[in-house]
Order: sequence, then structure tokens, then C-alpha cells
Amino acid sequence: MHQVLIIGVGNEFRGDDAAGLVVARHLQERLPEVVVRESPGEGATLMETWKDGAQVFLIDAVSSGSPAGTIHRLEAHTGPLPTTFFRYSTHAFGVAEAIEMARVLGQLPPRLIVYGIEGANYEAGVELSPEVSQAVAQVVARVVGEVVGAH
Amino acid sequence: MKSKTTTIKVDYLARVEGEGGLYVKVKDKNVTDVQLRIFEPPRFFEAFLLGRDYSEVPDITARICGICPVAYQMSSVHAMENAFGITVDGPLRELRRLIYCGEWIESHVLHFSMLHAPDFLGYPDAIQMAKDHPEIVQAALKLKKAGNDIVTFIGGREIHPINVRVGGFYKVPNRRELKRRLKDQLEEAREIAKVAVDWTASLPCPDFERDYEYVALQHPDEYPYNEGRLVSNKGLDIGIHEYPDYFAEEHVAHSTALHSVLKARGAYHVGPLARYNLNFDRLSPMAQEAARNVGLGSQCYNPFKSIVVRAVETLYACDEALRIIDSYEMPDEPAVKVEPRAGVGHGCSEAPRGILYHRYRIDDEGNIRDARIIPPTSQNQKTIENDLWQFVPQNINTAHDKLTWQCEQVIRNYDPCISCSTHFLKLHIEQE
Repeated sequence: MHQVLIIGVGNEFRGDDAAGLVVARHLQERLPEVVVRESPGEGATLMETWKDGAQVFLIDAVSSGSPAGTIHRLEAHTGPLPTTFFRYSTHAFGVAEAIEMARVLGQLPPRLIVYGIEGANYEAGVELSPEVSQAVAQVVARVVGEVVGAH
Repeated sequence: MKSKTTTIKVDYLARVEGEGGLYVKVKDKNVTDVQLRIFEPPRFFEAFLLGRDYSEVPDITARICGICPVAYQMSSVHAMENAFGITVDGPLRELRRLIYCGEWIESHVLHFSMLHAPDFLGYPDAIQMAKDHPEIVQAALKLKKAGNDIVTFIGGREIHPINVRVGGFYKVPNRRELKRRLKDQLEEAREIAKVAVDWTASLPCPDFERDYEYVALQHPDEYPYNEGRLVSNKGLDIGIHEYPDYFAEEHVAHSTALHSVLKARGAYHVGPLARYNLNFDRLSPMAQEAARNVGLGSQCYNPFKSIVVRAVETLYACDEALRIIDSYEMPDEPAVKVEPRAGVGHGCSEAPRGILYHRYRIDDEGNIRDARIIPPTSQNQKTIENDLWQFVPQNINTAHDKLTWQCEQVIRNYDPCISCSTHFLKLHIEQE
């Protein structure tokens, strides 16, 4: 069991959908002792991945209608996520479904903090939008703060 | 009398990979239009491959789909090897079958348990189903994990395996390590899969059949993964390299994924049902017995029964994986020597959803000059629409909401991967 587990979710070939992966890679540099995983967002595998974590941070791009670069922070262990939150997932059984399925089965980590970064562009390509790049830096700083602050 | 037109429409089709929609128009109880709508611009990856070195192709194409990366790797490496005149056999060939077993298990279990089963039991999604049947979902997750672990171990990592290369692998396991990592849990998974066959066969299934042309690979003595001839129940029997001579892609206005047709006869059906019908006698005795025990004969023309066939194929994949692990001997080299040469190569393998065809033209420096990728979902589009042309009139007196639901179920019979065929799908049934 890892005290802290960080999971970056996304597809690096779909514009802002890579945000979660980019955050995870920066966090691995900033927090070399913390276990960091990357995920394409396939839900059943995610449920396996977070089983190993006591405090899990999951970072993903979202499309909820807020301005690009908006940062959402949700404590998934305390209650359901908004239904529209991850609608840009291309997976039929994605992040939101995995969280709710784990809740039903009693398999959620004790703490599951979800950071959602509002994306603007999900077209094929490997560039983040400027607003999303800025949000990535902020989320990295906030997660570092949470992880370091907790110890 | 005034004519009555109704539409059945679903803007956002749930429980399929990717996004798309369906539109059905019904006039005086006759279907007048059916459109499986797919919007996203396709073929990004084919353009992306141009000018790349042949060795990069397996890893790049693996990114097309998060559910079936192994299929893309396998079709691409076989196409390259075809172009270079290389044959990969022995333990390396066996390891390729093994990693493919892993992908079938992962993909099939996800579909039959999480995406398709709720249709048969009347739940809107797997989460609601899990509230009443947690044991089904728990067992499925365990079974799926056995597949994940094969792909992770042979493929080198969990997501988008990186250990596959033209000529074989970068690294191969030794015999003891392979057994230690995979055998026990696969034996347990095989038992779960047996139960899954019984359970899927017990689900209430609509009475519906069509006279499909099933197309699948056929190998002389094994259930197909990577090799064989392309055959059908209506007389097709060709080598993989003849694919472009017999199949054509057509543009239709309502889909950005090209529709595939047999030049001679039009729509055809690929995937588990096609494989099963054309290769039943090549399933392992255990898988054949499990199918017979639930009353599934060697021929099946009811697309709703695909849920049972996926469970049978999952059982087969567990059984076949165990056979490979038990007989495996570590090869001296992880790959055969590859010397690129100019030419055209064709590859076709059985992705979980059906045949995945790749063709590459390569120059004498090993760079890709032309690429063509035809995923199973684009090949099934026309057959899905044809199912609805028949299904809707047969069930026209069903309440609108239920009929809409059943139309979605018709689509989900194919486990469509819009992410592969393009990226996005949305369902729309109109009655004037």
C-alpha cells in the first residue's frame, strides 16, 4: 500500500487531453519518492491501479463547460462527481464510471482527490492550449503542496 | 389517411467506445432511413505514419486504441514482415498469440460484463447493475485483470505495450518467470470464464436472426489470431494480400468512417460471431464443450448471442494462454533479424472486434510511403445498419422508449469502437 499514489489520466495525442499526463510527469520530477502512474482512462484498470493507494490524486482533463484552464478539485471519496464532468472521455467505462463503480463495490481509496483541468481543444495533436499549460503548472504546485503539507 | 412518420433517435450512444449517434426514420411502420452517424475526421494516424521508420509503426498504431493496442501492433508487425519476407515462428509466434489472448480477455470481459450485460438485465449501466449483482462485476474485474496482466507482462507495461517489434520482441521471459507470473491466476480466470459462459447464456435474448456473410481469418489448425486465409460462409477464400482486390471502402455522408463492403456482395460481418461460425472446430475442446453445454451450436446467426460467444472466446483465450505457458521454451533471441527492403506488406489479425487490416508501402530505407488501416468497426457499420433495417419493422409495435433502447442494444452487439473507426459516435430514431 502506498501512502500517496498519483495517477495522471489522458491521451497525449489529443491536445488538452494530455493535461493529466503532463501533470503526472512533472509531479514525478518534483516528488521522486512518490509512486506516479499514467493511465489512458480505461476504468476497470484504474480500479486496480488505485487499490494500492491510501491517498490517491487523480488528474484528468475535463469538459464541463467552464472556461479553458479552470481547475476543479473534488473529493471523490465524499460523494458522487457531477455527471457531466468527464464527458470527453472516449471510454465507455471511464474515470467517472470507475469512481462510481468502486463506490458501489466499496473499493474506493480512503481518500481520492480528483483534479480536473478544463480543456479547450481535444483535436488530434500534441500541443496543450496556453490556458491549460498554465493550469498544469498550478495543479502541480497544488498537489505538491497537499502531499508535502500532509507529511 | 394521413401517413405517420416517427423517428427513433439517440444523440449520444452510451456504452460504446467513442462517440456516435443513430438515426432511424419510420413511415407508416416501414423503415425509410437508418444512419449510424459517425462524425469525427478519421485517418489522422495514417497521415502521421508517412515518412516514419518502419520500426516506429507498431508503437504509433498502438495509440489508435486504448482497448486494443495489441491488435494494432500485431497487424502492423505482420504487414512489415510480409513486406520484408520474414517469418516469425516457434516461441516468438507463441508469445504473440499469448499477448493477443490477454487483449481478448480484457476487451471481451469489459464488453460483456460492463457494457452489454446491462442491456439484457434492464439496467441503464453497469453501476446500477452492480448494486444488485456485485458478485458479477467482482468476478468480471478479476477475470479482466488476468488479461491485463498478460498484456502488462509480455507487453512490457500496462498501457500501450512497448515490447513488441517487427521480428519479435525486445525482451522475452524465461519459462519459469512466465509460469510464476501468470499461471495460477489464469487457472482461476479460466474457471471464472466457464461460469461467465453459463451466465451470459442464461440472459434473456431477443429472437432475431439474419443471413450474414461472416468474414474471418481461418488457419488450418488453430483458432485465428495473427494468421490464416480470409474466408467467409459465402465462398470467400483469399490470402491476406488479396484484401484490396475483394474489399472496397465507400464514403457515406453520415459517417466520417469509411464503410467497407465486399466488392461482390456488399455488407459483411466481422468479429466474435464471424470467427466462431467459421472456426468452431478449432476452439479448444473445453471451449467447444462449454458452448455446447449452453445450447450454442457451431453456427449462430443471432447477433444478440454475441455476448455468449464473447464469453466462449474469453474461456478459449484463458485456455489457450495456459497451453502456451505450459509448452513455452525461451527462444535464443528475442527477435529474428530484420532487413528492411522496398515493397508493400499486408497484415491482418483478429482484433477483439474482428479483422484489422493494415497495408504499408515501404521504401528501400525502411520509411513508410503509404499506409492503410481498416479497423473492424468500420467494416461492421453497414451490417449494423442492415440489422436495424430488419429489427425495427419486426418490433415496430414495441413502445418507443423500449424500441430505442433495443436499437442501441443492436449496435452494442458489435461492441463498436468508434475511437478506432474514427473517434466519435451519437443515436437518433425519427418517426414522422
